[in-house]
Amino acid sequence: MIRFERVAKRYPNGREAISGVSFEVPRGEMVFLTGRSGAGKSTVLKLIALLERPTRGAVTVNDHSTGPLPARKIPAFRREIGVVFQDHKLLVDRPVFDNVALPLVVADTPLREIDKRVRAALDQVGLLGKERLLPLELSIGEQQRVGIARAVITKPAVLIADEPTGNLDPELALEVMNVFRRFQEVGTTVMVATHDMHLVREFGKREIVLESGHVRGVEDVQVPTVGAAAR
Amino acid sequence: MTGPGTWLARHAQAALGATGRLARAPLATLFTIGVIGLALAMPLGLKLFVDNARAATGDFANAVDLSIYFKIGTPLEKVRQLADRAQARPGVASVKVIPADTALAEFRKYSGFGAALDAISDNPLPHVLGIRPRAGADSTADLAKLRDYFASWPEVELVQMDIEWVHRFNAILEVLRRTLAIAAVVLAFGVLAVVGNTIRLEIQNRRAEIEVTKLVGGSNAFVRRPFLYTGVLYGFLGALLAFLIVYAATTLLAPAVADLAKAYGSRFALLGPGRDDVSRLLGGGAALGWVGAWLAAARHLRSIEPQA
Repeated sequence: MIRFERVAKRYPNGREAISGVSFEVPRGEMVFLTGRSGAGKSTVLKLIALLERPTRGAVTVNDHSTGPLPARKIPAFRREIGVVFQDHKLLVDRPVFDNVALPLVVADTPLREIDKRVRAALDQVGLLGKERLLPLELSIGEQQRVGIARAVITKPAVLIADEPTGNLDPELALEVMNVFRRFQEVGTTVMVATHDMHLVREFGKREIVLESGHVRGVEDVQVPTVGAAAR
Repeated sequence: MTGPGTWLARHAQAALGATGRLARAPLATLFTIGVIGLALAMPLGLKLFVDNARAATGDFANAVDLSIYFKIGTPLEKVRQLADRAQARPGVASVKVIPADTALAEFRKYSGFGAALDAISDNPLPHVLGIRPRAGADSTADLAKLRDYFASWPEVELVQMDIEWVHRFNAILEVLRRTLAIAAVVLAFGVLAVVGNTIRLEIQNRRAEIEVTKLVGGSNAFVRRPFLYTGVLYGFLGALLAFLIVYAATTLLAPAVADLAKAYGSRFALLGPGRDDVSRLLGGGAALGWVGAWLAAARHLRSIEPQA
């Protein structure tokens, strides 16, 4: 569950990236976050992953209000969220296995279970058998999918992705989106920031459109007006 | 889900990882360990110097014997009685009676004045008691009290004790001991600085990894752990090097010192670092490494927050 209530974020340089942003993504729903570059998509995702705190308003993720969350509770908070980055943020000097296992390792998961779950996660993104390769030995699309495997390995309640298909050809992009949809189908709340309108339309999920830091509208292709508090 | 086994495995992994990283940059690692080793070798060497100085001159509780010279004409029987009384006195370890005749015989034998002594009819030497103070009664005040006590006996002519010399030597040892303490503290800060700086550089080199680890929910403790192990390893290996340096130095010096001691008629042998010294050195080195790493980690890890 993700809820924004009249959220504004002003960066130290004075730029107000978003303001008055309100929306709610109920548990188990998948939404697209669209808008031009600079519309505030990244800021919204950063606020969800608690890489930034809101300047005004309230951001609630998994029943945690991120504004007042003490710093020492941030690690545990982040473990409930899977994040896929546009530049994947993989450790290039570690094999695929280590990269995917990292969220489990920091959560003190027993080694035997880590092995099992890393294989399962890699299987889900079609990379089983590539555990021992280094990220740079993989194609861009494969690297992106390693990032997805890492994001989902903890079975997070919320999965967010920043332009996860930006570097992929249409076929791979569809495949990656299908991975996200499968997670949504088993109850994960998914938010994907993208400007691939073709893909958005094809998936027919709710779409939150940002424009210069404001929510321009919530377009619901499938079911109209579900829990959406636009503006 | 997580038991002590997992916890142990995590720590073992962090320790192994730290070892691996040190091994992968052997030159830089050796340099750091070398600096730490030299810094720790100095206080250890100084401590051994003090220990050896004490050992070579004897423990003062035993070295400072009191010699009690009786008035000429005091009967030997009386001297023996007083010897028993001296023995009963607390702070006295042993009492040795040296009758005037024995003393004369020895003097005749060793001094080479035998013929001159024959010219004297009476024995000019007094009966003497050699008092050895008990170990622990080694402060100069205790010794002075003991001397005053014996001096108060009416039969006693003179109590001799080179207390001035004891005083001076103890003062010299005290100066050395304080120098040692100051050097140890200063060099400990040096070790902290070296470890801290090395860890700071490593934190900077691994910035990306730290960011990603925090991004996926790694706590500060988790991120800090490998650096703490690295610090402990630096400190421990530096201490090991310090031991080897000092051990080699004492081994090289031992024959020369033995020769010197023999020339003075002593059977003194140079003391190397003892078991206590070594365990304190290694433990202290590891602890300094840990603290240095902790300080660097506390200061620099906090500033690394993931950026998306």
